[in-house]
Order: sequence, then structure tokens, then C-alpha cells
Amino acid sequence: MGKQLAIALRFTLLTTLLLGLGYPLLVTVLAQTFWKQQANGELLLQHGTLVGSRWIGQPFHGAAYFHSRPSAAGSGYDATSSGGSNWSPSSARLADRVQASVAAEQAETSTAPVPVDLVTASGSGLDPDITPAAADFQAARVARARHATLSQVQQLIDRNTDQRQFGLLGEPRVHVLALNLDLDRQFPLPQPRP
Amino acid sequence: MSANGWLQILLLFAILLLLTRPLGHYLARVFERESTILDPVFSPVERLLYRLCGIDAQAEMTWIEYGLALLAFSLVSMLLLYLLQRLQLWLPLNPEHLPAVPGLLALNTAASFTTNTNWQAYTPETTMSYLTQMAGLAYHNFASAAVGLAVAAAVIRGIARREQQTLGNFWVDLTRVTFRVLLPGAFVLALILVSQGVVQNLRPYDTAHLVQPTAAQSTQRIAQGPVASQEAIKELGTNGGGFFNANSAHPFENPTPLTNFLEILAILLLPAALTATLGRITGSPRHGWAVFAAMSVFFFAGILVAYWAESAPNPLWHSVSQHASVSQSGGNMEGKEVRFGIANSSLFAVATTDTSCGAVNSMHDSFTPLGGLVVLTNMLLGEVVFGGVGSGIYGMIIFVVLAVFIAGLMVGRTPEYLGKKIEAYDVKMAMLYTLIFPLIVLTSAAISLLLPHLGLSSLNNSGPHGLTEILYAYTSAAANNGSAFAGLNANTDWYNLTLAFAMLAGRFLMIVPVLALAGNLASKRYTPPSQGTFPVTTPLFAVLLVSVILIVVALTFFPALSLGPVLEHLLLHAGHSF
Repeated sequence: MGKQLAIALRFTLLTTLLLGLGYPLLVTVLAQTFWKQQANGELLLQHGTLVGSRWIGQPFHGAAYFHSRPSAAGSGYDATSSGGSNWSPSSARLADRVQASVAAEQAETSTAPVPVDLVTASGSGLDPDITPAAADFQAARVARARHATLSQVQQLIDRNTDQRQFGLLGEPRVHVLALNLDLDRQFPLPQPRP
Repeated sequence: MSANGWLQILLLFAILLLLTRPLGHYLARVFERESTILDPVFSPVERLLYRLCGIDAQAEMTWIEYGLALLAFSLVSMLLLYLLQRLQLWLPLNPEHLPAVPGLLALNTAASFTTNTNWQAYTPETTMSYLTQMAGLAYHNFASAAVGLAVAAAVIRGIARREQQTLGNFWVDLTRVTFRVLLPGAFVLALILVSQGVVQNLRPYDTAHLVQPTAAQSTQRIAQGPVASQEAIKELGTNGGGFFNANSAHPFENPTPLTNFLEILAILLLPAALTATLGRITGSPRHGWAVFAAMSVFFFAGILVAYWAESAPNPLWHSVSQHASVSQSGGNMEGKEVRFGIANSSLFAVATTDTSCGAVNSMHDSFTPLGGLVVLTNMLLGEVVFGGVGSGIYGMIIFVVLAVFIAGLMVGRTPEYLGKKIEAYDVKMAMLYTLIFPLIVLTSAAISLLLPHLGLSSLNNSGPHGLTEILYAYTSAAANNGSAFAGLNANTDWYNLTLAFAMLAGRFLMIVPVLALAGNLASKRYTPPSQGTFPVTTPLFAVLLVSVILIVVALTFFPALSLGPVLEHLLLHAGHSF
């Protein structure tokens, strides 16, 4: 056993150098050389300021922005504390939270049934997307608030919609942050943002 | 459920089916020390490693020597992982200056990653430095998967060898599977993942200014890190420990449907291929396919029920549009990502619990009761539906031995398995393996349920779902899965200690009888098949195998499952909430 322990110690240290340092560092070098944007999180700059990542959702409220999904990450879209609510479908607290979101959305937008993704928290708490159904649900409200026509807003939605990858994989989705940034560019709000 | 969803599921299975034979044969070459195309690159590395470590590559080991070497490696590497976590504050590559990991949490995590469980009682973004993630956690993703493959190699050899006392050399097996299989596979997958948007950097966390700031929140801190390199081996080695708390639901770990597809494929790839390796080395390819078929039955049963259950609307919610249409996938979206929808979330959940992976792209705690029942049952089956890397095939071989034994009892002959008589000692070892698992799961869960201040105080949900949360935790730990009903606050002294025990026992107490069985089989004389031999290559055998697994698991766990997810399902649809 003593001999095996000695081999184990040497084996662990040497393979840690190869697998625990060499391998990730080599991947890092290649990633930073060939896929610099992707490897750093596809960060979005506006007027030189970092405003977020293409992949990480942000909270939005009010009539003039498309709302993201509810988030259970930290106090909401905390990208250092990703996670879901972990409440079960039979949970009364979850039902209360969902109904509160439904009431808020319906008061602000329309009395139609609210698409389910817009009132449920994602697994990561950072979901950058909403479904096309959830975007359509909000389109008229945003158009009114922005003094734009519905078809103009619809065009922006289409531009920020990803279809299934290769026409097959995943689900169609609308990228909320990019859509809202487009809105700010094309139909800026009357007052500058605080 | 949609046609598109099923198309994705069938495409995944078709690719898996196509890769099983070539990859399985490649693994057989690696196990049997035959030449492979990677020899020019890795043979010199391996020889140097043998020399520096003092490994005699020609030496053969008995099952006891093999087991001791395995335990020595696991013990030493686990201690080093513990130390790394405790010392990370004073070590490099810690741009966020994260403090030392607390003692019991570090112990739990060391046990977790050494046993291929990757149970995570911590939030990685705010707990683990980049160095700890790379040289500690990701390193063990390689090491624990390699240990599983080594045991699989030893067991398959045990079946194939005749009148020999040895099973191979642990260090050589460990080295060869690491450099010929895991490292090249992870390297290629990591680069594909990066090209799709999985991050790979060593920079400090970024601070973004929100597009619509509020008084309470005007910035967003964005955690970064060397994610892709860890993500690749996390799936390929069926480890499952997330770089981030949300695991593969996090967009930086799993940004696109393509990364999701590849991650699911990577989880299933090696476990499925090992069926062909078993067939190849034992000289009975059709036996390998019979085992593959039995596994596929469980795979499709699981995905069918989970996908159907997760597509159903929640009866407690009103004024919510929950039905699938062209513009949404509908269904139970709590804890799921829009880009994956119901089909890919269900598929990932089934794949990760069929195997010992435990990575998640949606939160299992928020699954419908029946969806949760599927993922829990998958683990209770012993993770033999493809199963963990290595552990899946050796777990399945245990059930094969039981199936052959029962068939032998039915026809009144001494059972045989691929030319080996299955005798009392073999069945005892198989039963030991089968009994240790429920003993750990049910005893620890029962004790936790009786302790209001230690066990119950960690619950996130009440009612039958609370019972399921605790049952799931010990099942996941003992089965070395690592996924969670993550609402349970497991970072307490009680859960850190008891779950660490469950993980270590679920790994090493079960490897010992497996190696003992393999050693005993290797020493037996070859018995040519006779008319009374029950063939292990037929559809009838696959059906018997499926039935034996179902009976063993149903008899053991049905009472617990009926009080948890089954009861919750009935009450939910009667309009009760908790």
C-alpha cells in the first residue's frame, strides 16, 4: 500500500500539471486567438460603455421596453448568482408569484392570457430570451409607448429572433437585450434615460 | 409534445447508435493495449509518466491489488483537492480574491468530485477560484472518469480471461484512458463549444451598466472563467459539476441549441460505446447489442414520460397561456430556458440521470411530479441506462449476472455467463452491490426526515415534494449523479457530512464487490455453451434484463416513491398546493 500511495502522489501531481493546468491553458490560448469575442462572453458596448453580454439577460420594466422573464438569480439577473427558484409546480408560493406576474403584465399590457415563459423564472435566472409569443404579447404596448407603428416594432422583433438552429435544434427565441437596444436606437425615448 | 421535439430526440439517438460501434472498438483497443492513431503523440508522454511515477507498466494486478491502487489514488487526489480549496486564497488565478472554502464544504466537495458525483453544495461563482476550478475540480472530472473506465476495463477483462488471477494494471488503464480517450475528446469538444459562445478566459468578472437602471440596481456583475475546457470534460466524463451555479442552464455554459445537443451527446457517448467494448473484448458482439437494447428501452420510456409530463399545463395557474403553439413550446417553463424549451430540457434531464452525469440545463426541483419521478427513478435504477462512464457498464453487468442467475433458477441448471459458471460467490457479490445502494439511500433519507432541525430545516418546498427533495439528495449522492432538487439547502454541517459519506460509500463500497466478482470470474475455467445455456445475445435476454432491473428497483423503492412524487401528482391534480 505504501508503494501505491507513493505512486499515487506522484501521479496526481504530474497529471494535475498536464490536465489541470496545461489543458485549460492551451484551450484558453486557442480560444483567445481564434474566437476572442466568444471566449470573453460577447460583451456589448454602447458609446464605449459596457452594457451587458449577448448571452446574459437583464431586467426591464415599464411600458417602453420588452420585459424579460422573472429571475431567481440573486435579487434578479444577478450574473454572479445564477439559478432557478426551485419551487415545485405544487408550491403555493410559486402559484402566488405567477399570479402576481400575470396581474402585473395584464394591467400593463393586455387582458389576454400571458405566455407562460413571461411569468415563470428560467433555470439560470439569466435567460436572455423570451418566446415569440411573449414578444408578440408585448409588441402593441411597446409600440404605443415609443410612438412607433406595430409593424415597425414587429420588424425589430423579427430582426432579433433566432429561429431553430439549422432549422431543427432548439426553439425559436427573441433576444430581449438586443431588441431593447435596437428600440433605443430607432425610437429613442423622449427624455434621456436617468 | 411536438413533431420537431421528437425529431431532435430521434436524431440524437441515431447519432449515438452510429457512434457506438466505432467508438466501442476504439475503447477496446485502448483497454487491450493495442496501437491507436494517437500513439505518436501520447506514447512518449505515457512512458515518461510511468518512469517518473515508478510504475511498472508490465506488472499485472490481482483484484485486491487493483482495488488498493484505485483506493490509494482516490485518497491522495481527494486530499489534494481538499487542500487546494482550503489554500486558494494564497494561490494564483484568483482574480476575485475568493476566500478559503470552509472545512466541511471543502470535504463534501472533495468527496463529491473524487467520486464522479459532482454534487455542489456551493455557488461556484462566489466560492471557487479559477485555479481551484481548473486544477482541482476539472482535474477530477478527468481522474474520476478515468477511474470508472479503468474499473470497466478490469471487469470486462475478468469476464474474458480464463484461469487467470489478474485483471490488468490499474495505473496503465488509468493513464491510457486519460490520454487516448478523455483528453483528446475533451479538447476537441471544448474548442467547438468556444466557437459557439461558451466562455474561456481568466479575466476578472465584468461590470456592465444596465440598459434600464433602477435606484436599487444600476450595474450587473458578470462572472467569467475558463468554462469551455471544464464543460467539455464535465459532460464527456459524466461528471456534471457546473462551472456556474445554474450548471448547463447558464448561457455561458450552454449558449445555443447546438452546444446543448453536443453536451447531451457527450454525456451518452462513452457509456453507450462501452456496450460495444464489452461485446468486442468478450468475443460476443451480439451480447453488447442486447445490453444496448435493454438500455434503450429505459431511455425511451424515460424520455416519453418526462417529455409528456413537462408539456402539461399547471392546473393551479390561471390566465396563463400554457399550450404549445408555433410561437412557444408552452408547458412547465418554471426552471427552464426558452432556447431549449420543453423537448430539450426533458431530453437533457433524462440523459443526465440515466448516466451518472448530473449536469442540468433546467431545474429538476421545478419539474412536474411525474417528470421528477422519471429523473429520480433513472438514478434509482442504479444509473445503468448507458450509465456513468465505466460505472454504467459494470453496474449493468451486475444486473446481467442476476438475470442469468434467475434464468438458471427457472430452468434448473447452473447459470452461465459467456462461458463462465455463475456460482454462489458471484451472486453474493452481485447482491452485495445491489443492496448497498438502497441501504445508503433509504437509511440516510429516513434519518434526515426524522430530524426537524438538521434534516427538515433545509427544505425549500413542503408537502410530498419536501420528501422528494431529501430522497433525491441521497439518491443523487449515493448514485454518484450529482444533480439536485436544488431547493434543498445542502450547505449545512449535517448535509455536507452525510452526503459526503453517501457519495464515498456509493462509489467505493460498490466498486469492491464489482472487482471481487471480476477477479473471481477471471479465475474460472471456460465452460463451452451447451443446450441448457441461456443465451445472453437474444431479444428474450434483453427483455429478461429489463424485467430484473424493474423488479429489483420497484420492490425496493416503490413505497418511498409513492409517498413523494406519486402523491404530489395526485394532490396537484386534485387542486392542492403546499
